[in-house]
Amino acid sequence: MKIPYYPGCTLSTTAKPFDTSARAAAVALGFEMEELKQWNCCGAGFPLTPDNIIGLTAPTKVLANARKEGDTVTTLCSVCYNVLKRTNKVVRDDKEKRRIITDFIEEEYDGSLDVLHFFEVLRDKVGFDKVKAAVKRPLTGIKAGAYYGCMLLRPFEDMGIDNCEAPTVFEDLLEAIGCEPVDFPDKIECCGAHMAMGREDIVEKLSGNVMQSAVGRGAEVIVTSCPLCQYNLEKSQPAMAAGTAGYRPVPIVYFTQLLGYALGQDETTLGFESNAMDVRPLLKEKGV
Amino acid sequence: MPRIGVFVCQCGNNIESTVETKEVAEEMEKLPGVVYTCSYKFMCSSPGQDMFKKAIEENNLDGVVVSACSPHMHEKTFRKASEKAGINPYKCEIANIREQCSWVHPDKTKAVGTAKSVDLTRMVIERLKKNRPLKTINIPVNKRALVIGGGIAGIQAALDIAEGGREVILVEREPSIGGNMAKLSETFPTMDCSQCILTPKMVEAELHDNIKIYTYSEVEKVDGYIGNFSVRIRRKAKYVDEEKCTGCGACWEKCPFKSDSEFEMGLNKRKVIYTPFPQAVPNVPVIDAPNCPKIQKDKCGLCAKVCGPQCIDFEQEDKILTEEVGAIVVATGYQLMPNERFGEYGYGRIKDVISGMQFERLASASGPTGGKIQRPSDGKEPGSVVFIQCVGSRDEAKGVSYCSKVCCMYTAKHTMLYRHKVHDGQAYVFYMDIRSGGKRYEEFVRRAIEHDDAMYLRGRVSRVYERDGKIIVQGADTLSASQVEIEADMVVLATAIVSRTSAATVAKTLGIAYDKHGFYNEYHPKMKPVETVTAGIFLAGTCMGPMDIPESVMMGSASASKILALFSSDEMAREPITAHVNAMTCNACWDCVTACPYTAIDKEEVKDRKGNTVRWQAQVNPGLCQGCGVCVAACRSKAVDLAGYTDEQVYAAINAF
Ligand code: SF4
Ligand code: SF4
Repeated sequence: MKIPYYPGCTLSTTAKPFDTSARAAAVALGFEMEELKQWNCCGAGFPLTPDNIIGLTAPTKVLANARKEGDTVTTLCSVCYNVLKRTNKVVRDDKEKRRIITDFIEEEYDGSLDVLHFFEVLRDKVGFDKVKAAVKRPLTGIKAGAYYGCMLLRPFEDMGIDNCEAPTVFEDLLEAIGCEPVDFPDKIECCGAHMAMGREDIVEKLSGNVMQSAVGRGAEVIVTSCPLCQYNLEKSQPAMAAGTAGYRPVPIVYFTQLLGYALGQDETTLGFESNAMDVRPLLKEKGV
Repeated sequence: MPRIGVFVCQCGNNIESTVETKEVAEEMEKLPGVVYTCSYKFMCSSPGQDMFKKAIEENNLDGVVVSACSPHMHEKTFRKASEKAGINPYKCEIANIREQCSWVHPDKTKAVGTAKSVDLTRMVIERLKKNRPLKTINIPVNKRALVIGGGIAGIQAALDIAEGGREVILVEREPSIGGNMAKLSETFPTMDCSQCILTPKMVEAELHDNIKIYTYSEVEKVDGYIGNFSVRIRRKAKYVDEEKCTGCGACWEKCPFKSDSEFEMGLNKRKVIYTPFPQAVPNVPVIDAPNCPKIQKDKCGLCAKVCGPQCIDFEQEDKILTEEVGAIVVATGYQLMPNERFGEYGYGRIKDVISGMQFERLASASGPTGGKIQRPSDGKEPGSVVFIQCVGSRDEAKGVSYCSKVCCMYTAKHTMLYRHKVHDGQAYVFYMDIRSGGKRYEEFVRRAIEHDDAMYLRGRVSRVYERDGKIIVQGADTLSASQVEIEADMVVLATAIVSRTSAATVAKTLGIAYDKHGFYNEYHPKMKPVETVTAGIFLAGTCMGPMDIPESVMMGSASASKILALFSSDEMAREPITAHVNAMTCNACWDCVTACPYTAIDKEEVKDRKGNTVRWQAQVNPGLCQGCGVCVAACRSKAVDLAGYTDEQVYAAINAF
């Protein structure tokens, strides 16, 4: 099985390990992520004003190109997923906007694509049972905090991947690979997102809340599905360490990294070394 | 030649400002058959009606047309007056020159309005010439009533009808009557204990000679029409012989198996053979069959051994019985929206986040804690409680669009009950706004705030989670424009009132209308608030929307009084506007049978003298026919006609245009 795959800019640059580990995990599970022949930046943010149609052109272009290669497209980055899925809905449901956008990009597209997140592929197409069965190195004893962030789940009517207030898909996956998922109250709160571009104080506070909430519940590693979350949470660690006595930095990893590891993938594809806090000592400590 | 009178009403200035009524009257005089016309300021006033009657008598009229407002308003008035003046009421017709003319043509020159009024009136005059006198239909009335639902509204309706001297059958699906009210602790705004005011009524209903109560029963099918309903009732197996049972309780004392108590909202367990609460009516236990090992696996059977009068019968089966009644009260009540829908409030995950109804049980002297306010998780007395109002109510995104109406009041009550039992406890209330319209209601809320120090915060809660044994409630206080975080020991959710899961099914069984939320629709929100569109079926209580106890009781009594009025004579007069089938032209295609929304048309066999079937034909049951005319439109052989609206009449009107 080959599935059309949209990596997005970040996964091709700073979040490379997210990309390589996901591709490796796919191979281990018996399918292949086939990168779209042509793609561009999704815009990295869904325009929130209804008349900002220009903001929808970039993602529609991605979708139109993806449509040529199949009827689904899969993404990994929560932000790309959010932008593509919501844009797709606008194009599908709002005929007037569709007309303007397609005129502009000079491509026909009607919203008939199914935009999937890698989670959905694993849950609905592969099945967590199969994932579990394929695990070679179960991550037994690892207390992992599943951090959803805000982009993956909301707005619920548009995304619909899981219950947006009490989601479980992430934990279910972690459980399948042997982890002990840690439920923490801030798991669906925002990390501060693109505020990192100018208001680091806000990011520091919001990411700090997330970290505190997860670590307070005993998380030894925090798992994300968003490069921006990963970046912000890692950045908040020094401040946490400075402010809290006896604070031990916690690795922030992509879920595909742990998944790939559990599936027995070669460490070179997992990119653990590029994380600011190395997760490998923890894995060793737990003997997995 | 007919002798027709035309009465044009000015309706003060409603009609007169855009229609020259005198001119209309004069125009009408020119028509053949019209022998009298006039225009008057208010035809519906009593001088107007006197004039109307006098004109009929003096001019020896045999038909009248009133050009006035919509027939919905005053058709009855003028038909009555005509009857008094000695002509058949169906020889009186209304031409609507207000709603359909003066109000929609505010042309001050009057040309349009006057011309159109002339046309409308002329049409009705021509139609009237073809009118045949009609006689009201009398149908026999079976003077027994059925009440579906044994909550406070149903009990009140049953008691009032029974007191009026009529027999009542009360059907309740639970093992005991009492409904949701039986679960409440104290009631606002008087703080009298709910059970203390309810149980006497339950007992009164049980002991009343005119009331027959079927608990653990459901209405399965309703046939017939007003005055003559036939109702099929399923009496679910209780596995206990009701006649023999003395209610001694030996069985449930000895029963070794337990299950969650529905009555205690899951806060407590009950035995597998049980009565829901100590004052249950009837005081006869039922066996919860799916959880009984004897019934499921033929193990145990202890209750049968200890039962003195030997009334346990594991072989018992559901019984079906049929009751004939003349009227029905629907009082099936409400349920609460599942709190699980609100993941952000942690219900189901955090043990000490409970529903308002669970709080009622905690505060109730007969509840699982004997009335002590204790947290479900560890039994500790909570030092602070956060109450969240409007959970799902007035929330189109996640819940329902309407206001559940009683939560503002019961939350205020909860804060008081809490403070009266935990003197140094602090209650917080998150609200959107306080809706306490009702006698002594606003004062009640003020008392909670001023006297019992409940801290009211206007704003929504975004998230509830646990931290170090405390429940953290994060929310907004929109009055101080700040984010607040409260550490609480317990959280109580005032969840939206919703219709019962079975509401739509029940509505279809009964043939009554319901809205998109599953609440039953009244015939008219102001003028017919307890009637349904199906004659003979009435509503009471929260099955038609959220309401409090006084309102439910009022509706119960109102339905009862309507039914007693209906039962006051042996026969009931019905409007004669019903469909009739022409036996000669009916070709038995049964299109009308499928089309009729009131199932008023039957298939009839026509036999010869020897008793052989010659052919079939459609036959209208005048008791069921509502005169809607759907069959007339459906009949391809034009064999059906509607009395008062015959083809002849309609064509006459059209031709006159
Ligand atoms: S048979 Fe046993 S379990 Fe069933 S009700 Fe009787 S005592 Fe209880
Ligand atoms: S539709 Fe007309 S013809 Fe057909 S059964 Fe009814 S009355 Fe008779």
